[in-house]
Order: sequence, then structure tokens, then C-alpha cells
Amino acid sequence: MTSILIAVGIVAGIGLLIGLILSVASIIMAVPKDEKAEKILEALPGANCGACGYSGCSGYAAALAKGKAEPGLCAPGGSSCTKAVSEILGVETGAVEPKVAVVKCRGSLEHTSYRAEYSGIMSCAAAMKIGGGLTACTYGCMGLGDCEAVCPYDAIHVSNGVACVDGGKCRACTLCVKTCPRGIIEIVPKKEMALNRCSNRDKGGVTRKLCDVGCIGCKKCEKACEAGAVTVKDFCAKVDPSLCTNCGKCVEACPQQCITYFK
Amino acid sequence: MLIKSLVAVFLAAILTENYVLSKFLGICPFLGVSKKLNTAVGMSVAVTFVMVLSTAVTFPIYTYVLVPMGMEYLQTVLFILVIAGLVQLVEIVLRKYIPSLYNSLGIYLPLITTNCAVLGVTMLVLQKVDSTTAFTYTYGHALVNAFGAGIGFLVAMVMFAGVRGRLESADIPKSLKGLPITLVAAALVSLSFLGFAGFVDKLIPLA
Repeated sequence: MTSILIAVGIVAGIGLLIGLILSVASIIMAVPKDEKAEKILEALPGANCGACGYSGCSGYAAALAKGKAEPGLCAPGGSSCTKAVSEILGVETGAVEPKVAVVKCRGSLEHTSYRAEYSGIMSCAAAMKIGGGLTACTYGCMGLGDCEAVCPYDAIHVSNGVACVDGGKCRACTLCVKTCPRGIIEIVPKKEMALNRCSNRDKGGVTRKLCDVGCIGCKKCEKACEAGAVTVKDFCAKVDPSLCTNCGKCVEACPQQCITYFK
Repeated sequence: MLIKSLVAVFLAAILTENYVLSKFLGICPFLGVSKKLNTAVGMSVAVTFVMVLSTAVTFPIYTYVLVPMGMEYLQTVLFILVIAGLVQLVEIVLRKYIPSLYNSLGIYLPLITTNCAVLGVTMLVLQKVDSTTAFTYTYGHALVNAFGAGIGFLVAMVMFAGVRGRLESADIPKSLKGLPITLVAAALVSLSFLGFAGFVDKLIPLA
């Protein structure tokens, strides 16, 4: 009986000793936690998407708390999140303009074609490595869904050979932008405007053979635009969202229907 | 003679008595963390650190508390308790004074709290302490043994990370892909360590 008691005593005694040392150590060597950073972290959406340019929400929160970062970099959180963060920091900021991702290609299967049959790994990045992709157009969407796989919000889907963003679900986290090996996904302001939905920079004649809805760089849109928002560079039109008045003249002028209304 | 025996103990812990490949302790991190070289090295450094520290504490506890009381059978329970507490303490100290090391060890430090390789090193070394034989482990031997065991862990992890790197690009039959081929590879690497048997043992009685 006594041996059991001694055994219990030894274990309990050493356990107690370790517990004491640990609790004393944790008090003496406590690392002051940044309360501000923790509050900010709670206000952030916690998607860890990296759209702000930091390693994750905790990284952004730490940078915010130290005053090294501006509030409003969080695209998924939107203006409500920016407001909450600004309140914690005690600074005023303007509202964040809502943004959305857009795939700058409308080359679905009825408009364009594949130049080869592809039976490799079903990923755009893999297909890119074999002769630069499987579509006839070397700028267009390959429709293998790398963006779809990476999207944390289920906002982008491939249908009929081309990816399309669901504006209602998209939070402009830029993950798809970074993933797309052809770099044809762009973040644009979420407002009513005209947008060239083609990324092809081939000469007009080449583009016309490849795709029915490809930008041929004819400059009709540039001439039609009264606000000076459309510029054609490298045989591809670009609409400046900040100048676009959504008048629709470029959309009417476009012979290829690649400039469309966007909202 | 002391230095010679210390070197012999160190070499034995790395080669002939490698805790992973000869005693098959710590297989979980060996298979789990050996996918990438940098995580393998990070884990091994943490393991080495904890092994030496635990031995430094458990050896005196065994010698001066358990043996006089005749309570040797308590070693398993007590050692786990002591190692777990020690790792916590080390974590607190590192976070305060060497945050860079704390960040680089990261999750590995708490992970190895009750790693069987750490427990094995602290417990198996006690079997070598036998004053009736010509050669017995002292406190210094035990520490060197723990350090050698950690380095042996590192050697095994780094070697196996290399093997796994080769496996990535190898054409493996579908039925063997993943864990099966990893286990086969681990067995072969372990087999190669059998070649060291008797290599160092001869040194110890001479010491």
C-alpha cells in the first residue's frame, strides 16, 4: 500500500513541480499579444486568399496593427470589412469600390475551335506546357478549369469550353487571376460599362480566322467612343473603366461583338 | 579513453543503433515529414534539441529519484510527463527570447512532445547503465547518445527525403503508389543500415 502511495506521490509531486514552473514561466516570460491585431483578425473574413498581398489574414492583421498597411486592401471583405477595420484602427477611409473578376475571352465552342486533340492532364497549366495550349487562339480560354478549381467561392465555372465568372458570388480575391496560365482573367470595377471580352493580340486577319468573337483591332470602337475611354493597342481594344460612360456606342460599332455591356 | 568511448557512443547512436532505421522508433514523423527536405531538416533539428534536453532532465530524475526509491517502473509515466512539460517550457522560452528560432521550428516543437523516438532515447539509454559490467553509460554518455540519436534521425530523414524525391518521378505501378512504395523504400533504406552492424560495437568494450 505504501509503495503505491509513494508512486502516486512521486508522479503527483513532479507533475505539480512542472506545473508550477510552467505557470511561473508563462507569467514571467509572457509575450505581449497585440490586441489590436487580434481584433482586426476577427473583423477580416478569414478566407486567407492573399488578395491583400500578405501571407494570409493574420499577416495582414499584423501589418495593419503596426500601421504598415492600409485598410481597404481586403477585396473579399468589401466595404463592410474595411469600415470595421478602420474603426478598430481609428482612421477614416473611403469606401472600397466593389470589384469583380472577368474572363476576357468569349471563345466558346461555337465561336472558335481546338487546334489539336488534347488528352493529357486536364489542367490549363499542363496543357500550356505542350505546344502552348490546345485552343486555336493562343490567347483564349482553354476551358480546363484551373480557375474553377482554385476559386474558394464557387464563382467561376467552365461551360461550353470557356470560363465565366458569376458576378454575384465573385469577391475579387485574385486567386483565379494568378492561376490562369494565359493571364486573361482581370479584376475590374463592378459597375455598368462596356468591356472588351477578348485578349487576342494577333493581327486582325489572323484573329478573324481563329474566332468569331475575337478583337481584330479595327479601331471602330476607338472612333465611336466620345469619352475617349477606348484605346486599341496591339490589335486589342481596351476600355478604361474610369472613363467609360456606358453609352453603348462602342458596343454598337464593334463588328465582332467582342465589346459587350458589362454589369 | 573517455573521449574514445564518447565518440563510439555517438557513432553507434547514428549508425548501428539508428533510432529510426534500426530500432523503428519515430516512424510517424519519418514517413510524415520526409516529403520535403526543408521540413525534414526542421523536424530533425527540433527532435535533436528535445532529445538532448529530455535526457538531460530524465537521467538525473531516474538516477537520483526513482532508483533510490525502487520505483524504476514509473519511468514511462514520469518521462512522458517530464518531456511534455519540458517542451512546453522550451516553447515559452523560445517565444520570448529567440522568436526567429521559435518561428522556424513552428509546429514541430509541440508535435514531438510525446514522440516515441524521444521517449525511446531517454528510456533505452537506461538499459546501458549497469555498473556490474566493464563499460557503463555515464551522464555524459547519455547526453552524447541523445545528440547522436538526433543526428541519426536527421541522417535518416534527409536520406529518405532524397529517396522520396526520386520516387516522385519514378514510374510506379498503380497498386504500389503512395504509402505502399514509401514503406517498401523505407524497408530498403533500413536494410542498408544493417550493413553498419558490428561496425562500432567493437569500440565500446575497449573503451
